[in-house]
Amino acid sequence: MNKTPEQINQDLLRPIYHASWRFYATAAVLAGFVVAAFFAWGYQMYYGLGVSGLNRPVFWAFYITNFVFWIGISHAGTLISAILRVCNAGWRRPVTRCAEAITVFSLSIAGFFPLIHLGRPWLFFWLIPYPSERGIWPQFRSPLLWDFFAINTYLIGSVTFLLLPTFPDFALIRDRASGWRKKVYGIVSLGWRGTPKQWHRLEMAMRIMAVAIIPVAVSVHTIVSWDFAMAPVPGWHSTIFGPYFVAGAIFSGIAALIVAMALLRKLLHLEEYLKPIHFDNLGKLLLVMSLLWFYFVFAERLTTWYGNFSGEMPVFWATQVGRFSPLFWTMVFCNFIIPAPILAIKKLRNRVGWTVVASIPIIVGMWLERFLIIVPSLSYKYLPYSFGTYRPTWVEIVITVGTFAGMGLLYLIFSRVFPIISIWELKLGATKSEVAELAAQKAPAKQPQGG
Amino acid sequence: MGHRWGMVIDEDRCTGCEACVAACHAENNIAIAGDDQAGRGRAKHWIRVERYYEGDFPDIKVKYRPVLCQQCSDAPCEPVCPTYASYQNDEGLNAQVYNRCIGTRYCANACPYTVRFFNFYNPVWDKPLDLQFNPDVSLRSVGIMEKCTFCIQRIKTAEINAKAEKRPLKDGEFNPACVQSCPAGAMVFGDLNDPESRVSRLSKSNRGTTFLEELGTHPKVVYLKRDSWHNEQNA
Repeated sequence: MNKTPEQINQDLLRPIYHASWRFYATAAVLAGFVVAAFFAWGYQMYYGLGVSGLNRPVFWAFYITNFVFWIGISHAGTLISAILRVCNAGWRRPVTRCAEAITVFSLSIAGFFPLIHLGRPWLFFWLIPYPSERGIWPQFRSPLLWDFFAINTYLIGSVTFLLLPTFPDFALIRDRASGWRKKVYGIVSLGWRGTPKQWHRLEMAMRIMAVAIIPVAVSVHTIVSWDFAMAPVPGWHSTIFGPYFVAGAIFSGIAALIVAMALLRKLLHLEEYLKPIHFDNLGKLLLVMSLLWFYFVFAERLTTWYGNFSGEMPVFWATQVGRFSPLFWTMVFCNFIIPAPILAIKKLRNRVGWTVVASIPIIVGMWLERFLIIVPSLSYKYLPYSFGTYRPTWVEIVITVGTFAGMGLLYLIFSRVFPIISIWELKLGATKSEVAELAAQKAPAKQPQGG
Repeated sequence: MGHRWGMVIDEDRCTGCEACVAACHAENNIAIAGDDQAGRGRAKHWIRVERYYEGDFPDIKVKYRPVLCQQCSDAPCEPVCPTYASYQNDEGLNAQVYNRCIGTRYCANACPYTVRFFNFYNPVWDKPLDLQFNPDVSLRSVGIMEKCTFCIQRIKTAEINAKAEKRPLKDGEFNPACVQSCPAGAMVFGDLNDPESRVSRLSKSNRGTTFLEELGTHPKVVYLKRDSWHNEQNA
């Protein structure tokens, strides 16, 4: 990076000061979808869940699909940011904040779905173990309760993780601004003055958070998988679900991150910061996850087929050759057959456009995967007498579309309020010679006290 | 020792008349879904008669199996409920606390027998059905799960009466609505903890099976399988 700190400031703070009419138009359209989704939810609350396509025996469908999907997307931030921070990978610097923002927003969206899906959402607080005069506590054996705690922990953790490194940047905006901006950013920068003590504490806090958030992220998606794996439902009761869900989550998370970065690069003119090398590195990770995903799917299907349990086979055949097979094979195409060759060829992986071409099918495929875990298993549950199927209604479709719009809207607003690339970290990276950093990484033997 | 309520259903005797289904509807104020909702898989019958066919026409054998909540001893529906709406009471019944249910529907997914019913809408009754509610049974609102209770209102009434008269409950003194209405006498209800009760003796029959036994739910409903050869051997 051959830019002076002042140029970096100029480039990265530009979106905060200047918003074109396109920004407002896009925001208005997205907000329209979000309002429609809230209307649909209100409609559902007023009339009851009967307005959705749920029935007996498919009691869970689109809402839980979306829940698992958005939790999965939220793993983008944690992986990229925390793991690469812990490994001290230099190339992470321009990527971390846009990744962490994905985590916070998709997790917030995911958090809505257990509420949307409740029969009586206004009583959701019964999941909280609050002291009541009747001495009634929630059921701690229920995976849904584990979920409640896992998601809240993860949300608090990732919001902290996102906000910690923003204080120096907020202070930068505060110092350069006047009027209302100075006031607002003065409050949110929490009195950051850049003293050595503050820097030291920030660094300490970041290190602790980076290490702490990784097991939280892994446990969150493992617990989400246990929502299924704990129940004796054909196709759900499987030990592979924990790792499978975590791998799938990271997979879809990276894909979402690549798409978001490509959009930011284009719309905010950040070509000099988000370079092909970043897409190339993320592409490599994505390729690994794609292979891992394929391995898990293969392992899961093979053991089911070979085991030949009477309860599981209807689900197996329905997804492989039956009613749900078009969705299943689309999923395999989207998650493996399209992206794996693209990402395996260095010439394609080096180009931003191609990584996006590989990522978009993955997002679609991973949504389908969640759907295919839930609906076929419930449709073919043990007793042929009660087999059934599911079709979504407009309510579920509007709410689903609304969450994608909501994600876009939150991200759009975020990119106008926060510097989307961590300015101080970028400057820190620019001051260090990249050669020296590489040398330090390659020769750990010279630092016997390290570790 | 307390009571442990159970049921035996003799498949040799069941004719598939569905009197149990009608009796259950009337006793437990079960809402009528209507053909539109029933077509979407939302019909509610706490007990249903499953039909199975063997052989090809005209040599066809039909087998009827009334299926109600199996009142599992190790019920998959219970531990998954986050609010304790689904729990096992001290007489071995899988109870459902309607006003504690928030409608996660996890219990219905976990139940392998598909005998739990969700209220997709507030229940409605066409006139004059609204004039024949059973005052001993609450009406269930939208957004909650409901299920067969072994007519717990009758169990409690009988227990209270026996206690008032300072005597033990007699076997067969009262029955759930489905058992009471079965013209073929295919269903027997009683206390499995009482070794002398009819239900306990029948449940030990070598024709006895439980539904989806391999899942380890240990139901308290025992089916006596339809097996004429076996009957002759054990006559």
